[in-house]
Amino acid sequence: MKRALVVVAFFGALLLLWETATLSGRWSPVLLPSPADVAAYLWSAVRDGTLLAAAVVTLKRLLIGYALGIALGLPLGLTISTSNYFSDTIGALALGLQTLPSVCWVPLALLWFGQTEAAMLFVVVMGTVWSVVLATYAGARTIPPIYARAARTMGSEGFDKWTRVILPAALPYVVSGMKQGWAFAWRSLMAAEIFVTILTGFGLGNLLQYGRELSAMDQVIGVMVVIVLIGLAADKILFSPWERLLHRRWGTGDV
Amino acid sequence: MTATHVEPYGSPPANLVVEGVSKWFRTERSIVQALKNVSMRVRGGEFVCLVGPSGSGKSTLLDIIAGLTAPDEGRVLADGQLVQGPGRHRLVMFQEPALFPWHNVLGNVMFGLKRKPGLSNRQRREIADDHLRLVGMEKFKTAYVHELSGGMKQRVALARSLAPDPRVLLMDEPLSALDAITREQLYADIQEIWRKRPKTIVLVTHNVREAVCLGDRVLLLSPSPGVVSEEFKISLPRPRDINTPELAVIAQNITAALKGYLVQPGAAAE
Repeated sequence: MKRALVVVAFFGALLLLWETATLSGRWSPVLLPSPADVAAYLWSAVRDGTLLAAAVVTLKRLLIGYALGIALGLPLGLTISTSNYFSDTIGALALGLQTLPSVCWVPLALLWFGQTEAAMLFVVVMGTVWSVVLATYAGARTIPPIYARAARTMGSEGFDKWTRVILPAALPYVVSGMKQGWAFAWRSLMAAEIFVTILTGFGLGNLLQYGRELSAMDQVIGVMVVIVLIGLAADKILFSPWERLLHRRWGTGDV
Repeated sequence: MTATHVEPYGSPPANLVVEGVSKWFRTERSIVQALKNVSMRVRGGEFVCLVGPSGSGKSTLLDIIAGLTAPDEGRVLADGQLVQGPGRHRLVMFQEPALFPWHNVLGNVMFGLKRKPGLSNRQRREIADDHLRLVGMEKFKTAYVHELSGGMKQRVALARSLAPDPRVLLMDEPLSALDAITREQLYADIQEIWRKRPKTIVLVTHNVREAVCLGDRVLLLSPSPGVVSEEFKISLPRPRDINTPELAVIAQNITAALKGYLVQPGAAAE
């Protein structure tokens, strides 16, 4: 309760500071709209449906691309862990591509896929997949060999060993890789949406860029607030359950 | 794996024959012989302890009996059948409990059972519950591994190894990482559990008293390369208490024999 009050007080003070700054008249309201203006924009955008529509377009790209990235990354990471030849080659490639901000794929994606959803998905997949690959590989490589030995004596071999022993044993690594992949994918998607207009859908990034073109800073800041809120929600919904599970079962990390 | 037995309890303990087993370990610069022409027989239901200094290859021998490592020469027969790989008739308890952190206590005991064919899920649950009761861990079914003490972990590991009803239980220094009081409690419990679930047991240990307390026979492995050099029959009545003077006398004799091998230099890793 006390902690909740502190949170309310902190964000209240932040809003108050912002409001005071706009009231002081030192900055043009075009450059620094008041919190009330931003709230008014958000309310109108919610009512006319543009915000929801844009959020749906963006989240769809993100979730589909993210799921694809994980679906590709997990088996690839496990495969790499089986042989030094794979880790020297595919592993090195994955490390290289992970350091490449995936927004760098946008020009190529546009040429390959045109201004379509596929181009956006491609950018998200490229943001996700390498982090998942590397984390899964690291996890599979660092699990105590005794787990595999114990599992072998109890009759766990082949596919069962990979899915019921090695993958769960690597889970702490996999979750952190998924989290990193999410962060990369989310940033890249925003950059891509600001960068290019995709004919098949108008996402949050497009909405933000549109606000800039109209010099509607209330819209720009409003969309930014929504992007932050989605990021926070993703953290709570996608990752907190996993982290609680890891904390409960492995006894590591904090809740 | 030639698993044919499906009855939940009481598959008969297997006899083990180790015939002329040798094993070399090759590193880039050298070849070390870990075992040299080791032969031994273990009767069905017998409790045999392998004692030896580091480098005597006793853990390697246990791995070979388990089928986790292949011998370079010789062979291992379990009930007359050639051991060619790991199998659920020969389960292993390791020095580390090797419990899976992603499962709770019950899930760990269920792991081997789930991979044993011919059982219904209800039977598996009942067997798991029975074995948790047997090792005194029934109250901790839903606990996770990190919440348990070292002794509790090994109890769960024992339940996990016994639940699929193996014919042979192989123990690789399972008590050596525990404190003395916990260990003594487990000496008593292991004897009691072995009485209720007669398995062929091969236990590897550094601890001579432990071997005398638990074993029907104690085999001495001498190091570099490992050979079975002496055998001691222990005929003390059971259950045995590790603190009795009779037991201490026998342990002293074995320790004296063991010391004869300790001075040899160049002992390699086990």
